[in-house]
Amino acid sequence: MFDNNLRGMIDDVKDGRMDRRAFVKRMIAVGLTAPMANQILAIGGVAMAQSPNPYKPTKRGGGGPLKLLWWQGPTLLNPHFATGTKDQDGSRIFYEPLASWDVDGHLNPILAAEIPSIQNGGLSADAKTVTWKLKPGVKWHDGKPVTADDLVFNWEYASDPATAAVSIETYSGLTVEKIDDLTVRINFKKPTPFWANAFVGAYGCIIPKHLFADYKGGKSREAPNNLKPVGTGPYKFVEFKPGDLIRGEINPDYHMANRPFFDTIEMKGGGDAVSAARAVIQTGEYDFAWNIQVEDEVLLRLEKGGKGKALFAVGGDIEFIAINFTDPNTEVDGERSSIKTKHPILSDPRVRQALALLVDRDSVKKAIYGRAGRTTANYLNGPEEFVSKNTKWEFSVEKASALLEQAGWKPGSDGIREKDGKKLKLLYQTSINGPRQKTQAIVKQACQKAGIDVELKSVVASVFFSSDVANPDTYAHFYADIEMFQIPMTQPDPALHMRRYHSRNIATKENKWQGPNFPRWANKEFDAAIDAADTETDPIKRADLYIKGNDLMWQDNVMIPVMHRLAVEASSNTLRPALSGWANQTDNLQDWYRES
Amino acid sequence: MSQYILRRLMIAIPSLLGISVVLFVVLALAPGDPFSELATNPNVPPEVQAALRAKFGLDDPIYLRYLHWITAMAHGDWGFSFVSRVDVDTLILQRLPTTLYVVGSSQLLALLIAIPVGVYAATRPYSLFDQLANTFAFIGFSLPTFFTGILFILVFSVKLDWLPFVYTSVPGSGIPWLLEMIRQAIMPVMVLGLFQAASMTRFVRSAMLDVIRLDYVTTARAKGLGQAKVIVKHVMRNAMIPVVTLIALQMPAVFGGAIVTEQIFRIPGIGSLLISSILANDTPVVMAVTFVFACLVVLFNLIADVLYGWLDPRISFR
Repeated sequence: MFDNNLRGMIDDVKDGRMDRRAFVKRMIAVGLTAPMANQILAIGGVAMAQSPNPYKPTKRGGGGPLKLLWWQGPTLLNPHFATGTKDQDGSRIFYEPLASWDVDGHLNPILAAEIPSIQNGGLSADAKTVTWKLKPGVKWHDGKPVTADDLVFNWEYASDPATAAVSIETYSGLTVEKIDDLTVRINFKKPTPFWANAFVGAYGCIIPKHLFADYKGGKSREAPNNLKPVGTGPYKFVEFKPGDLIRGEINPDYHMANRPFFDTIEMKGGGDAVSAARAVIQTGEYDFAWNIQVEDEVLLRLEKGGKGKALFAVGGDIEFIAINFTDPNTEVDGERSSIKTKHPILSDPRVRQALALLVDRDSVKKAIYGRAGRTTANYLNGPEEFVSKNTKWEFSVEKASALLEQAGWKPGSDGIREKDGKKLKLLYQTSINGPRQKTQAIVKQACQKAGIDVELKSVVASVFFSSDVANPDTYAHFYADIEMFQIPMTQPDPALHMRRYHSRNIATKENKWQGPNFPRWANKEFDAAIDAADTETDPIKRADLYIKGNDLMWQDNVMIPVMHRLAVEASSNTLRPALSGWANQTDNLQDWYRES
Repeated sequence: MSQYILRRLMIAIPSLLGISVVLFVVLALAPGDPFSELATNPNVPPEVQAALRAKFGLDDPIYLRYLHWITAMAHGDWGFSFVSRVDVDTLILQRLPTTLYVVGSSQLLALLIAIPVGVYAATRPYSLFDQLANTFAFIGFSLPTFFTGILFILVFSVKLDWLPFVYTSVPGSGIPWLLEMIRQAIMPVMVLGLFQAASMTRFVRSAMLDVIRLDYVTTARAKGLGQAKVIVKHVMRNAMIPVVTLIALQMPAVFGGAIVTEQIFRIPGIGSLLISSILANDTPVVMAVTFVFACLVVLFNLIADVLYGWLDPRISFR
C-alpha cells in the first residue's frame, strides 16, 4: 500500500507534477524523510537536486582567520592513510572528493559537474555502473589541471595492498575506467545499490597523480607530499606539524564562486575536550571545536553568557550493549567464546529480554548524554527510511523480574537469583570513558534490583579496540557476558552497518577475531535479508529488508541500544559552519562563513 | 681526567643497551596497537587493520623487532611513526625548540627566584622573611602543576581574559610576534617555574645553612669583611656545589618536556609528543623519545660529576 504510494509520488516528481520539496515534505509526514531521500529519487530516475548549503558572502576572502580546535590533532595529511576522523578532517582542508554529504545527507557536488542519476545517464538501471563527470577547469594548487587520469590513479593507488591504504575497502570490488579527459566510469562487480562510496566523502578525497605516481605501492610512505598536500581544496597548504598544527591560506583560484570566506585557516591539536569547549564557548579564543564529548551539564554551564554554543548534528551513531551468545568461560580448542558453545545464561531469550528491560535509557539520557543523545529501541537509527517503526522499549524492573522468575531463576538468600545452584552473575565490559562508566553504574543498579549480580570491567580504549590477536581484552574477543561501546555510521547507508552481523562474519580464533560479528549471533532469516538487500536495486524493498534485519535484532535482543548519539561540536556565535551528522566536520568547509 | 671521562663513557654503553632492552620489552608487552581507531569504523574491514599490523612488523617476535630497531638505530635510522608515517627524528626536531623555550625559561625563572630567596632566607633563619618563604615553598611544591595550571587558566583567561590558554605557533616576525610568543608562554612558564622554584628554594636554603655555620665563615667575618662579600664570595661559592649538581640533573627534563603542563596548555613539545604516542601505542616514537631521554640522563650525570671536580678541587677522579 505504502509502497505504491511512494512509487506514485516518485513518478509525480519525475513528471513534474510534484516538486522535490513537496516530495521531501510528504516523506517527512509519513516518517520517511531522510538523507537518502535523494538517492531514492536518483534510483527512481529523478535527477538529484543541487542543494548547496546556505551561503551568504558575495565575494571570495576577506573573512580573516578561521581558528579550529581539534583536541586530537591530525597526525597525517594523506586521505588514503587517514586512520581516524581527525586525520580525515585535516586532509579534507586541502583535498576534495567528487561529492560530499550535506547537512541533510544529500550528495553535494564538489569536484563533480553533477551528481550521477538515471536521468543524466550517470547511473545504470542494473546498479552496476556509475559515470562521474568532473567539473571542467579545476586546477590543483600547483596549477596543473585535474583530469580523469587522477581519478583512475586514486583507485589504483588505494586498491593496491602494498600501498597500505586505509581506504582500500572503498576502492576494492570495482574498477575505474577513463571515458574521456573529464569522465570516468566505475564498474562494480556486483549490483551496488549504494554507489556513492568511492570518490565520495572522507575516503573519496582525490590526490594528484603527478605527485604521487612514483609513490604507489611499497614506497607510499616516502612521498614528500604526504606532508605537503597539493590538492584542490578551498585552502592551500602552509604548514603542518603532526599532532599539533595545520595552517593553510586561501586558494585564490578555488573552483566555487565567492568561496572560501576566510583568508587563513588554522587547525590546532592537543589537550582535552572540556578545555577545547571552554576555548570556544567561554573565552572565544577559537572559532570551532570538534567532537565535544563533554557532559551536557558542563556544556550548559559554559554556554551561560558565553561567546559560543554547542551544536548537535544527527547521524546514525549508536551506543549499545551487545550480548554474548557463546560461553566466555569455557575454552574449546584454545578459544573462549567459541561458536561451538552456547552461553549458559544468555542463550535463554527470556533472560536477554529481561536485560533489555533493565536498561533505563531515560535516566542515561538525563544523567549523561542530555541534548547529545536520543533514546531508541533500534540498532539502525538512520537515515529515516531505514528506521523501523515496529519496535519499542521500556524500563521495568518488575517485568524483568517476572521474566527471570519464569526462566527458572529464583532469588537466593543473598538476593541474587540462582538456578540449579548457579548464581545469576554477569560480567559487563566496556572501554574507559566517563559516560560509559556512568552508564555501567546505572545498568548495574537496575540489575541488582532484579536480582542479577553484575560485575563491571573497563578496558583502556587503545586495548579494547585493538586488533591484537594475543590480547583477550579486545571487544572482538568478547571474553565477557555483555559489552558496551559505540559504532559510528560513517555514511548515510546501512549496508556496512548491518552486514557486520551476518553469520559468516562471526569473530573466531580461525579468522583471528577479525570477523565483525562480535556477539556471535547467527540467524538465518537475518542473513537472508542482508544478502538480499546487498543486491536489491529497488530502494523501497531494500529499505524494508534492512528494517526487517533491525527488527530481527530487536526481537532476539542481540543489541540493547543505549543511546542514539549525536555529534557535538562547539562553535562561536558568529560562525556559520556547514555540518552534517552524515559526514566529517570539515566535509563542507568551503561553505563556512562568519556572520558579522 | 680525560681517561676518567672515557672510562665513564665506556660504562655508559652497556647501561644504555640495557635500558633500551628494558624499554623495548615493556613497550612490546604493553597491550594495544596503533590502529585501534579503525576498529569501529565500518568503512574499514578488520583485515585492513591486520594487514597494516603485518606490514609494520607488529606481528614479528619481540627479539626480531628489537634487533631490527637496534641495528637501524646504530645506522642513525630512528624509524618512522606508525601513526603519522613520518620519520621519528623529524617529529622530535619539530617539537624540540618549543620545549627548550618553555621548559628552559621556566628553569631559568625557577633559578632566578630560588637562589636570591634561598640565600636571603638562609642568612636570616627563622625571621619573618624565612617563615614566609618556607610557607610559600611548601604550598608551591604541594600543589601539582595540573591544579595550578587550571587555576591560572580560570583566573587569567576565563575571569580576567588577559592571557590566552591555548599555546600555538604564531606566524609572522618582528616585535608583535615576539610579544605574542612571550604572552602565550607566561602562564605555562609561571606554572612550571614556580613549582620548580619552590623545591629549589628549600634546597638552596639548606645548602646555605650547612655552610654558613662553618668556622671559616666566622673567620671571614672576623677579618672584617662585609656581609655581602662573606655571603657571595665565601658562603655561596661552596653552598652552590650541590645546587649545581641538582641543576645538571634537571637538564634532561628541559629536553624531555613537561608532560602534564604541555597537555594542559596544548604546548607542542616533546612531552605532549610522548604522551600522545604512548596513548596511540606508537612504539617507534615512544622508543626514540625515552631512549634519547635515557642518553641525556647518563650524559648529564657525567657532566655533573665533572663539574663537581671543577668546583671542588679536593674531589679527584679515579
